[in-house]
Amino acid sequence: MKEIMYIILLMVFSVGKITAQQTPAKSQSETITIVGAIAHIGNGEVIENSSIVFEQGKIIAIGDRSAISVKGKVIDASGKHVYPGFIAPNSTLGLVEIGAVRATDDDSEIGTFNPHIRSIIAYNAESKIVESMRPNGVLIAQVTPRGGRISGTSSIVQLDAWNWEDAVLKMDDGIHINWPSIYKRGRWWLGEDAGYKPNKEYAKQVTELEDFINQSYATIQLNNPELEGDLPYLAMKGLFNGTKTLFVHVNSEKGIVDVINFSKKHSFRKVVLVGAYEGYKVADQLKKNNISVLITRTHSNPKLEDEDYDLPYKNAKLLMDKGVLVAIQNSGQMERANARNLPFQAGTVAAHGLDKEKALQLITGNSAKILGIDNFTGTLEIGKDATLFISIGDALDMRTNQLEKAFIQGREISLESHQTKLWKRYRDKYKTK
Amino acid sequence: MRKKIALLALVCVIANLKAQEYFPKNDGVHTSKSNFTVFKNAVIHTTPDTEIKNGTLIIQKGKIIAVGTSVSIPSNSVIVDLKGKHIYPSFIDPFTNFGVQKPKGKGGSPWSGNPQYGSSREGYYWNDHIRPETDALTHFKYNTKKAEEYIKEGFGVLHTHMPDGIVRGTGALIALNSHGTQGDRIISERSAQFFSFEKSKKSKQLYPTSLMGGIALLRQLYHDATWYQLGNVKNKDLTLEAFNKNKNLPQIFDAESRINGFRADKIGDQFNTQYILVGGGDEYARINEVKNTNAKYIIPLNFPEAYDVSDPFMANMLSLGDMRHWNQAPSNPSVLSKNNITFSFTTHNLKKITDLKSRIKKAIEYGLDKKTAIAALTTVPAKILGKSDLLGSIKKGSYANFLITKGELFSKENVIYENWVQGHKNVIHDMDIIDLTGKYDLTIAGKVYDLSISGKSSKPKAEIKLGDSKLGTKMTYTNDWISITFTDVDTTKTQFTRLISSVVEGVDLLKGKAILPNGLVSTFTAKKKEKVNKGKKENKATNHKEEKPEIVKVTYPNIGYGLAQLPLQEDMLFKNATVWTNETDGILKNTDVLIKNGKINAIGKNLNAGNAKVIDATEKHITAGIVDEHSHIAAAAINEAGHNSSAEVTIEDVISPDDINIYRNLAGGVTSIQILHGSANPIGGRSAILKLKWGENADNFLFPNAPKFIKFALGENVKQSNWQSFSRFPQSRMGVEQLYMDYFTRAKAYHKLKNSKKPYRKDVELETLAEILSGQRHISCHSYVQSEINMLMKVAEKFDFRINTFTHILEGYKVADKMVKHGVGGSTFSDWWAYKFEVNDAIPYNATIMHNQGVLTAINSDDPEMSRRLNQEAAKSIKYGGVSEEEALKFVTLNPAKLLHIDDRVGSIKVGKDADIVLWTDHPLSIYAKAEKTIIEGAVYFDLEKDKIMRKSIARERNKLSAMLLKAKNSGLKTQPAKKKEKQHFECETLETIN
Repeated sequence: MKEIMYIILLMVFSVGKITAQQTPAKSQSETITIVGAIAHIGNGEVIENSSIVFEQGKIIAIGDRSAISVKGKVIDASGKHVYPGFIAPNSTLGLVEIGAVRATDDDSEIGTFNPHIRSIIAYNAESKIVESMRPNGVLIAQVTPRGGRISGTSSIVQLDAWNWEDAVLKMDDGIHINWPSIYKRGRWWLGEDAGYKPNKEYAKQVTELEDFINQSYATIQLNNPELEGDLPYLAMKGLFNGTKTLFVHVNSEKGIVDVINFSKKHSFRKVVLVGAYEGYKVADQLKKNNISVLITRTHSNPKLEDEDYDLPYKNAKLLMDKGVLVAIQNSGQMERANARNLPFQAGTVAAHGLDKEKALQLITGNSAKILGIDNFTGTLEIGKDATLFISIGDALDMRTNQLEKAFIQGREISLESHQTKLWKRYRDKYKTK
Repeated sequence: MRKKIALLALVCVIANLKAQEYFPKNDGVHTSKSNFTVFKNAVIHTTPDTEIKNGTLIIQKGKIIAVGTSVSIPSNSVIVDLKGKHIYPSFIDPFTNFGVQKPKGKGGSPWSGNPQYGSSREGYYWNDHIRPETDALTHFKYNTKKAEEYIKEGFGVLHTHMPDGIVRGTGALIALNSHGTQGDRIISERSAQFFSFEKSKKSKQLYPTSLMGGIALLRQLYHDATWYQLGNVKNKDLTLEAFNKNKNLPQIFDAESRINGFRADKIGDQFNTQYILVGGGDEYARINEVKNTNAKYIIPLNFPEAYDVSDPFMANMLSLGDMRHWNQAPSNPSVLSKNNITFSFTTHNLKKITDLKSRIKKAIEYGLDKKTAIAALTTVPAKILGKSDLLGSIKKGSYANFLITKGELFSKENVIYENWVQGHKNVIHDMDIIDLTGKYDLTIAGKVYDLSISGKSSKPKAEIKLGDSKLGTKMTYTNDWISITFTDVDTTKTQFTRLISSVVEGVDLLKGKAILPNGLVSTFTAKKKEKVNKGKKENKATNHKEEKPEIVKVTYPNIGYGLAQLPLQEDMLFKNATVWTNETDGILKNTDVLIKNGKINAIGKNLNAGNAKVIDATEKHITAGIVDEHSHIAAAAINEAGHNSSAEVTIEDVISPDDINIYRNLAGGVTSIQILHGSANPIGGRSAILKLKWGENADNFLFPNAPKFIKFALGENVKQSNWQSFSRFPQSRMGVEQLYMDYFTRAKAYHKLKNSKKPYRKDVELETLAEILSGQRHISCHSYVQSEINMLMKVAEKFDFRINTFTHILEGYKVADKMVKHGVGGSTFSDWWAYKFEVNDAIPYNATIMHNQGVLTAINSDDPEMSRRLNQEAAKSIKYGGVSEEEALKFVTLNPAKLLHIDDRVGSIKVGKDADIVLWTDHPLSIYAKAEKTIIEGAVYFDLEKDKIMRKSIARERNKLSAMLLKAKNSGLKTQPAKKKEKQHFECETLETIN
């Protein structure tokens, strides 16, 4: 037995050795100025011929090239594009390495009400998938647990770190509720119709959720609630005092209206809908109640046969046109590997009618606002983190999304990955032949 | 108690009276049954089209002796006068399982535990789901109670069978003669052979797991049966013996749906068998194809209940297609009839047999001719079953199976009085009942009340008034006796007056005994007042004004975005476009493209339009239509996972032309696809190559003269690594190689035997594999890891053929040099990876490296979503490795066309090729491009502007149908909850299970 364990350990280590992540970059030691680039600010604005200066990880100057003097090392990016690092909200990056291999899956826990479950401690900063995000400009992610009625607590990380503690940008930023579905799928394996039918348990499930929230609220009214040890209830505290965002994963129109009422009833300060596939039908109410949306992935099929073929493509636009704060998230099939396609999902919204700079906001400025990290990142503005990259062309278009350099908090990160290494290795194999 | 015994005795006597002549009789003496029964003065509807007024019908010993106007009546006759009444042949249901219990399943998924691959019977066929030896009669038990239900509806004969398995064995034709013995009732004990696409519940044998597997199994069965009949098989096979024996019976196929009917019919065509198809009630939506089957149909009346759309959220889930089907389904019989398709009705799939009449009335309301309706219950089923001489009409020699009715069948006022089966009377409503309805002056002990009797003559209701006060009244009327109980004017007192009287025909005065509240017995009289009919007549007049139901139009397919008319080929001139020729001309700016007669006619500057429609394409781009080498849309099945090789199955058998993904793919510029079998087994099934001609039927989707392909698969899926199954070989990559060696060795031997002209057993699976060996069929192999890729090339080389395509081929970059040497192409994902262990080394540079090494490279979808933007996927090769734009576009157009050997027809903009082209709003490889028009053979199948119009019309029609549904609900009709029907989306790894 011991021997087997030893072999397994050896295997794990040897595998680890080959697959180790790119070495995280050292802190910014030298001031850097990027000159000549078309700077996409991430708030809808563009500076055609810009200068961006950053020092000790922060942007200290940005503006028209003529108005800003260079400082430190100068990078000439004439004709190229600079973007704020893209943000992948509601992701399971670093929680699962290989979907089909259970041993590598750490994205969900058993139980129904799990607000105390924290994704951050399982976040694998050395995931091969995480490093593959960066060559496409995705530099920040919200790491979110899955499953249950309340899945747990997410955290926000930057994607170049030695470990989860170093990676954290915002610890325990929000709690995720999977709102009961108003529909239920028939259990075809029991001989039922495979289609959707009304979920008769809906009201009951909402009540159970309400009960849990009431219990949580009651618990935290104690003077020293920590002494009671009710971990799930205590974990909810941040929702009541506004230090945590409530993310409600909900798609149906009815569900969304119910969530709006639910949020008002419990006076949650900050509420974000995740998915909100039918949110466009109640956009005015979302706007009025200041509820923002992490929209269903753009690259998906319409859910109903009669829907517009381009509904998922334009869904973000429909909400944005009504003044709702929207960003794109990418949960769903193969969500981790495909998170690097976030810029192209934004590009697709632009193809279907949204202004390109607004489309960019869907994966930068808006995402930061929704995640509550806009005070230090998400746009190219003075005082914010120098988390940005230079692309040869339009980064929302896969033809021209070609990164030259990328910085996270001023640190110039490697754009290599397991995949680029294999690419070079085999390219060279054939060259030498 | 005593009475009961007496009754029982009576029943026994009756039963014995009907016993066979030679049966011993121990309960009395024999009586003759040779008397005649004569029905006089009736309107006799001998067939739906012929009637005899004032006719006479003579029956004896369960058969019709004579029918006509001037027939002589034998002296030993019992005479029944049917003046004003009608006689019809009684009904026949050709598709029931009356008296035969459907076996219960063993429960659980067939995949759980160690799936059963072998059969479980001895002396029978290798597959448990083929059961032609089943004899319905050995499972049959006459169900008197159920028979009663059918008799009440007018049925005289039912055709029953064992509803279990793909081949279900023989059925029996049973007369609903509850008085008779088994010997009397059985009209035929081997009346037909039954089929379905459902597996037997008696076995958990895995194969077939899919519809196409079921189809392939049936085909092989026919081959094997012939081989067996020729005496070539040494072992005993009771299944094949039975199947051969059953061949000349009517062959009834329970298809359950229109499209499965087409699939069944095709099998029949191959083996000179014309199945009688049990339909799905949705035949109306593709009526021409239904007609082309030349099949006779057995049609259920399973009109859907109205959907409850009062909750708009739930209503939202309902598709236009389902709403339409609710509206249109009642017109199905009428549409069939107008297209001269022979069909019988069945009660199959009705929740209650008693729904029959209302459903038929509804069908009549929706345009069905009454005579056709009657034929569908009488002459047609008799004909279908080959029993017209005995059943279905009133004629000499037929069984005395007939109905006596008040009026014409399915008319509003009609009542079925009696249903005679084999000369035995079943009273449904007493026809001799004296009609008491009317108003009476009721006199009791000097007091005069108003009595009014209304309602059905057999179940009248009474109302008694004293002056203006209405008294609580109850009335019963049985066996010519009426009794009436009524309350006092003062309802606080529990005081009743009871009246009882016998009824004599032709007397307008009822006289009887009255028991007063105080217990005193007195008499009463009730004298009929003169009839006042005025009010009633007015009512009738208004009733006749019933609205004709509105039936919405059928589209092709009959769902949202379906087309009222298929697009026509047009001649078009695109002016001033950027044209991506994919030929040596490269990308041509400001160029015109002329398409004519479905072909690309000219490419150049300032082309003359002639009669062609001119389309300004300034600042727009034209490319060849996208070709997806690896798709799973538009199919009703993807994986036949019941065996480790399923070369016998073909996706062509299961094309689903009604899949909305076809339309959505067109909106992404896709014009041709290869639907590949899944990757559940090392040797998968044959592919279908389609052109996405939205609106067409399944056959017309097939790429004309398409080259033959088969799917192979390697790796985790075929060794079943990611689900619990440990009993099927192979479980390792080592085993996969040996499996191929084995199958190809056998195929080679088969091929040799076949060419030797010696007799051989036709084996569809080996025949397919032999086609590979002889270069007539190409392999597209699902593959990930370099070791196995290399292995398969070596296996092929050993057998002297070449693999055509490695699909997925995520480690192709590691063996690109070997691939070039072997001559195989690669069709890969742009950037998928990390979903399972074997794709750990998948890199997005794969396409680039393969391409640069000279591998013919394509990018495919394997996904109904990604296929909508394959142009974007191709563009990723520019990012990952720097492929030129021109070459990148070829990854999703010309190169897959080459891999599929259809590049002589499609894949580039070249004069003479098919006009399968896309007009893009923008640079086709940019994220910002939208397909504006997608054209196949000169017909526009997707158009951005038309799409907008369709969206509006879908919204309008949904709204209209919602209103109709609400109206139906408010009128008190039964409803069902709105729901979304779910179609399975297939990927390589989807494992579907047929029931």
